[in-house]
Amino acid sequence: MAAYLIRRLWQMAPTLFGVVLLVFLLFKGFGGDPAEILGGLNATQAQVDAIRQQLGLSEPLWTQFGIFLKQIVTFDWGRSWATNESVAHLFATRLPATLTVMVPILLLDTLLAIPFALGVAYVRGSLTDRVIMIATTVALSISFLVYVIVGQYVFAFQLGLFPVQGWSDSLATNLRVYAPLPVLLAVAVSLAPTTRLYRTFFLDEIGHDYVRTARAKGLTERTVLLKHVLRNALIPILTNVAVALPGIFVGSFLIEVFFSIPGLGREILLAVNRSDYPVIQAFAIYIAVITMVVNLLTDVLYKLVDPRVVLS
Amino acid sequence: MSAVIEAPLAAPAPGRRSAGVWSAAARRFRSDRVGMVSLAVAALFLLLVVASALGLVAKDWQVERGVPDAPPSFVGPRAQAENVAAAGPSGPNVDISAVDPLAPRYQEWAEAAKKYQTTAAARAATLPFGADRLGRDVLAKAIKGAQVSILVGVSAALLATTIGTLLGAAAGYFGGKVGDLLEWVYNVFTAVPGILLIFAFAAVFGRGIGSVVLILGLAGWTGIYRLVRAEFMKHVVRDYVRSAEAIGAGNVSRMFRHILPNVSHVILVQLSIHVVAFIKSEVILSYLGLGVGVDEVSWGTMLSEAQSELILGHWWQLAAATIFMAVFVTAFSLMTDALRDALDPKLRGLE
Repeated sequence: MAAYLIRRLWQMAPTLFGVVLLVFLLFKGFGGDPAEILGGLNATQAQVDAIRQQLGLSEPLWTQFGIFLKQIVTFDWGRSWATNESVAHLFATRLPATLTVMVPILLLDTLLAIPFALGVAYVRGSLTDRVIMIATTVALSISFLVYVIVGQYVFAFQLGLFPVQGWSDSLATNLRVYAPLPVLLAVAVSLAPTTRLYRTFFLDEIGHDYVRTARAKGLTERTVLLKHVLRNALIPILTNVAVALPGIFVGSFLIEVFFSIPGLGREILLAVNRSDYPVIQAFAIYIAVITMVVNLLTDVLYKLVDPRVVLS
Repeated sequence: MSAVIEAPLAAPAPGRRSAGVWSAAARRFRSDRVGMVSLAVAALFLLLVVASALGLVAKDWQVERGVPDAPPSFVGPRAQAENVAAAGPSGPNVDISAVDPLAPRYQEWAEAAKKYQTTAAARAATLPFGADRLGRDVLAKAIKGAQVSILVGVSAALLATTIGTLLGAAAGYFGGKVGDLLEWVYNVFTAVPGILLIFAFAAVFGRGIGSVVLILGLAGWTGIYRLVRAEFMKHVVRDYVRSAEAIGAGNVSRMFRHILPNVSHVILVQLSIHVVAFIKSEVILSYLGLGVGVDEVSWGTMLSEAQSELILGHWWQLAAATIFMAVFVTAFSLMTDALRDALDPKLRGLE
């Protein structure tokens, strides 16, 4: 196990190096000149040159890459160009809001989709099944934006069941007052595709021999589905949740924008709009690291769920 | 034995050749009723896009032809608001020309103004599907928006498919060092979550139709790369490829004249799937202000305008953009499903 972990961590190095190189070259090659962005419209040439000197932009490319690497390793990104807030602080203060919304969404989505998908798989091939499948296709073709716009309008503005938007400093208030509507809308939208996906997982398992054996033993369809099929289908479901996990750090930026939730997703979007390069670069690299670590943890988890899996 | 040797001699009569992959797929597709209907709807939309691009329809979407926020015709004109202007002054104007320093030039200006006389266009109280905040026809906007959104989706999908196919073919065909290098590039691109990658590209490429195509294409090729690579790895060791090598076909010829036609069905299905995904992404990017420019219209910019209109009870722009998009995307998705079933019968029944 230890050897496996070390090898996997070692394998991450080239990928991580590639991500750093990609981000560096992307902003160096295609992005605007940081000195001119920082200087603003009224900066004189002397001021721009001074900023360039300060940021080390007149150094050769290799030295600049060295500075970039040093920033990453020491977690010292300096400050946001727009708000002068340190990037590390930005990251730490925006993460809780994102998690407050995203963790309930992921949990509810997974926990609700499993029984729904089981139910649909139970009536597979019937008219109900076909109608549900067609309805989800149509529902999926409507943009996520429309659901949120209409949902916010109807539930918050017209019916007044929830606040239209807002956020507070207390976790309890956030969970009770501000998070329910965003969570509800996001789950309502993601439930259909998740159910569809899980249904295919269940149907894949239903074709296997052990299911036939279980039926031949005289077990009821319910027992077969709940005890045999469900346990085996948990593996692809786990994979799917693992794939979605890094996403909870990026946050559903649309939800955050709509409901003015001060999370990471909204912060990234603001950074893009303000050409705030340090923030975008830092987020891209750290989220990539988190993604890789989560993927590794998932592979280890497989071993726990399914003893047949050999880690190699 | 002789029968085996003679078999090629007794070649099938002309016109009785066994059906090829494509004609067999076309036959399967034609027998799929849902697929045919959705194909017709999608074709209708593409026709609309071409007509709109050529300027046959919706050319004057920027003309303000209705009153601001004019309701749809089937709703009827809005009731006149009770905001009567304050009563004007009564009695003759006081002649102040003696003290007004500009008075001598009024005549001259009135003459000059006559040269630029414009007639205020009559503004309709209602339009077939209503008007937006400026009085522009929502129907024309939705058609123009369809042109932009669909063109962006298709171009971005073509770009992503080209990148994915070229890299996937190289990785699968050559393997070894080239394969490792491309795998590394793939790992790097997939290590960053998709939306973050899109944002990073958006930060450096800026706005505009071309940028959106570039952003989506560069961020979205990885899935196609993976599939094409797997297909090429499978095909490169097959006998027909070795035969091609034996008759002196070069690497490029083997990759693109021999193997590519045999995996093109996979690529076609992927292209189709990506069109839908990219249209949805374009709508979201445009909504966030990272997409098409301000003087262009797409379904995304319509939705972002519609959000503030809805608060005032003007639902028609939201409805128009939603209906157009829902119909096209549903038809295109169903067509993709039918296409996949027809081209790759092995996958049938997976969904």
